[in-house]
Amino acid sequence: MTTKNITGAIQKVSGPLVIAGNMSGANIQDVVFVGIAKLIGEIIELHGDKASIQVYEETSGLKPGDIVESTMEPLSLLLGPGMLGAIYDGIQRPLDVIKETHGAFIARGAGAPALNLEKKWKFTPSINVDTEVVGGDVLGTVQEGAIVHHVLVPPYVSGTLTSLHAGEFTVEDTIGEVKTSGKKVHALHLAQRWPIRTPRPVQKKLIPTTPLVTGQRVIDTFFPIAKGGTSAIPGPFGSGKSVAQQQLAKWSDADIIVYIGCGERGNEMTDVLLEFPELTDPKTGESLMNRTILIANTSNMPVAAREASVYTGMTIAEYFRDMGYSVALMADSTSRWAEALREMSGRLEEMPGDEGYPAYLGSRTAQFYERAGIADVLGSPARQGSLTAIGAVSPPGGDLSEPVTQNTLSVVKVFWGLEERLAYRRHYPAINWLTSYSLYLDQLASYFGEHAGDNWNELRVQAMSILQQESALEEIVRLVGLEALSKHEQLLLHVARIIREDFLQQNAYDSVDTFTSLHKQYRMLSLIIDLYTKADNRLKEHDFAMQVFLTLPVLTAIARAKVVPEHEVDSAFDAMHTSVATEVDSLINQ
Amino acid sequence: MLTEYKTTADITGPLLIVEHVAGVGYDELVEVEMANGEKRRGKVLEVHNDKAVIQMFEGTSGLNIPETKIRFQGDVLKLAVSNDLLGRTFTGSGAPLDGQAEIIPDELRDINGSPINPAARAYPNDFIQTGISTIDGMNTLVLGQKLPIFSGSGLPHSKIAAQIARQATVPSSSSKEKIQFAIVFAAMGITFEEAEFFINDFTTRGAMERSVLFINLADDPAVERIATPRMALTAAEYLAYTKHMHVLVIMTDMTKYAEALREVSSARKEVPGRRGYPGYLYSDLSTLYERAGRIQGEQGSITQLPILSMPEDDKTHPIPDLTGYITEGQIVLARDLHQKGIYPPIQVLGSLSRLMPKGIGEGKTREDHSGVANQLFASYARGQEVRELATILGEGSLTDTDKKYLEFVERFEKEFVQQGVDENRTIVDTLTLGWKLLSILPKTELKRVKSEQIEMYAH
Repeated sequence: MTTKNITGAIQKVSGPLVIAGNMSGANIQDVVFVGIAKLIGEIIELHGDKASIQVYEETSGLKPGDIVESTMEPLSLLLGPGMLGAIYDGIQRPLDVIKETHGAFIARGAGAPALNLEKKWKFTPSINVDTEVVGGDVLGTVQEGAIVHHVLVPPYVSGTLTSLHAGEFTVEDTIGEVKTSGKKVHALHLAQRWPIRTPRPVQKKLIPTTPLVTGQRVIDTFFPIAKGGTSAIPGPFGSGKSVAQQQLAKWSDADIIVYIGCGERGNEMTDVLLEFPELTDPKTGESLMNRTILIANTSNMPVAAREASVYTGMTIAEYFRDMGYSVALMADSTSRWAEALREMSGRLEEMPGDEGYPAYLGSRTAQFYERAGIADVLGSPARQGSLTAIGAVSPPGGDLSEPVTQNTLSVVKVFWGLEERLAYRRHYPAINWLTSYSLYLDQLASYFGEHAGDNWNELRVQAMSILQQESALEEIVRLVGLEALSKHEQLLLHVARIIREDFLQQNAYDSVDTFTSLHKQYRMLSLIIDLYTKADNRLKEHDFAMQVFLTLPVLTAIARAKVVPEHEVDSAFDAMHTSVATEVDSLINQ
Repeated sequence: MLTEYKTTADITGPLLIVEHVAGVGYDELVEVEMANGEKRRGKVLEVHNDKAVIQMFEGTSGLNIPETKIRFQGDVLKLAVSNDLLGRTFTGSGAPLDGQAEIIPDELRDINGSPINPAARAYPNDFIQTGISTIDGMNTLVLGQKLPIFSGSGLPHSKIAAQIARQATVPSSSSKEKIQFAIVFAAMGITFEEAEFFINDFTTRGAMERSVLFINLADDPAVERIATPRMALTAAEYLAYTKHMHVLVIMTDMTKYAEALREVSSARKEVPGRRGYPGYLYSDLSTLYERAGRIQGEQGSITQLPILSMPEDDKTHPIPDLTGYITEGQIVLARDLHQKGIYPPIQVLGSLSRLMPKGIGEGKTREDHSGVANQLFASYARGQEVRELATILGEGSLTDTDKKYLEFVERFEKEFVQQGVDENRTIVDTLTLGWKLLSILPKTELKRVKSEQIEMYAH
């Protein structure tokens, strides 16, 4: 690419860290090729003419004196048609292609272009030549499955569009040219390159006001996340982080999903790879895999590429946001990313901060989540794109006071706290309703009022207050027994249990229960609150026995309401409201 | 001809620092000859210009600075593999321990292996019947899973692992023959008696000819333990993916392995993570555990059953904690059950099999399996709450339903959890037993099972 490549020699090898001498002139973040096998690495520190390099592959066999060559370019991705449905490693090597070429085990030095360079795409221009264009302007479209792939002028390129051709092109073919003000000619392609550590620019960031509907009741109803928002799911192992992340990837009403398996299990990625193609996207009717991009740098893959994987995912997500799509990014788990940072920091012999993590952990975390948001994107036609970032955190021993959790919570707006105690009782999703929070509630209130039900927000507050009173009353029950409570309080405890078991608990493996529309969530919650209000009123005049209340047939119906199919919701719930009214009226004095 | 160096500068802990070397590669295998002619092996942990840091597998005792000869082998540590592996016993670093000759290799394999491409994995979803109700019914093991046993000192984890190795079958497999597992056993820092227990168990039931053993005992060099599981897994990969066998790998005790890693880390003066363990413990453990699995289009499989002892029964200790983040669930042993005389003392609620949902159900076990399991979990959890309440307030204060729960929880532990060391229950036995216990409870309490299943199975 460039003629003034810089070549040095290895002085030291320690795990994924290589120090090379004679490298003066190379830049921080340059990609380098290390050794005869040309292992890919990145310069992370410079001291005089010595460069510290993190190597994205296994370094065994490297020797002092081996050659190191800098490409003088930062680590970049190739962004263009053909990414949907793909599975990449942390530095955008296509794992499905590598499987075909190198077999089931990832050999060192295995590589392949990130996009298929042979495949031709049908490009349809949408603007005329001789117009002035700026970065972000839509040049035209390529149809990729159900998704329209907008081909954009790369950011920072502007000038007069001198040519633009319709037809079949590979991602590297020239589709047109822009003459910049400096009289330079910039060739346009279907694909463009972008460095992973540089956020792609937008015109103006906005305040999010639309929820990302996830179909998960505890999330949508109690702790919703906005399109363009940020959230963290911390939880000890076995509390269901990965299932929760996958549920969001499956059912969120985003246009594009970027799912990053960062230092996690190989089988989880396999699960996504095998399951998503079988599921249908309710919006497009196509397979869910066609809107999904997987980044898989599993725990046993090289640790430096794990560090890069979250940025690779983020850059791809930004690219689709720039087209005007709503993109949801899931990173599972950001703790493994932080550990990769810690490992490199330790090998660089930096002064450690809290628990051995580098002092810059906080600023790196904040920079990562700041790349999320909803924005007026660059270029015309004017459009909005959003990028929602959801990060799983794996705190050691489930202790939330540890640095990764704390640094994350200081930047994200939604906290879904998974708890082992709940998972232990098989209460899934094991999101603690008393400690979790969403700072978007106010921003999203009017959307819910309009689209879900006008008293949605009141219902939510009422249900939450029942749950909070339950936790206070439980203390008393533990000390003196249930009988010591008043009938009203006992009723409240029973209703709280109904909310917990029949509303909050949701079975990801049940074909109906796995997704609940906003409308059904609203009907479910209003049914339970209706039961509570009616029974509580009844109790004021009739001192009925709690045992009798607990045997009301409608309670069984409510318990099974979660599996009522979406198209039968209205009739089934109308019937249950009627039953509530008649059965509560049948309760009489003991 | 390999260059021989006598330029040792330092010996600290398990590390040897050699100067004035040339052409030494990272991770290279090293042969070290002592003054008395004894040869040991090590590997290069770091090279810095002409200085190399070597980690000795068999420890540094007896080495001296002037007379130690060092030969760099120009290659990484490899294990000789062939069909003759089966039936053999090796030391923790791969030397024959059974008095027989060295293996004539088909192939030499890098013990570090290579990561399986996630795009090439097949999702593990074939039910393994272990004959133990608490595992089969509620924390199902599947082919290609890594499911550790979290134990504590004095708990019968070895007995349970041996029972699983003895009883494991794959009933749903299409082949007419019953699948027999090849067993790869890696002992790390366990006592002679514990190792003998396994060897005897394999020998007495004729499983020895299907087994490969790598034994590093408590009095063997601690650093050797770092190589032991890698040797074992390399052997397992050969058997699974070259010889197309189903392999069950038992690795015990992972805690001793991690302690050896800590020893090397502290000798290198690395910045420690939690409790002195190195910051890369997670990555290191994952390079072992992630070698379990299945591969598309491949018959063989590797199922892992690592055993680890939790210091002070503390699940938040770094070793069980990081293990739990990598493995697909865990079987937790409970001291209180053990003290009540219940075998196997499996703590049902704290245990988990992540691969269970896809390994059970119609065509695999039975269509009611998931419902029964969920209902047993929920009822047992509720029953335990009731039991706690009864201890504080007395049984008299319980409602009628709660009294039923109390009966359920007691009988569940005595009849479902408890079983004999040689009692091999089929999955149908287990589910029938589950229904029998559930029918103690009023039908209105059974919210997790479908009503038609209640009709069919609850009597």
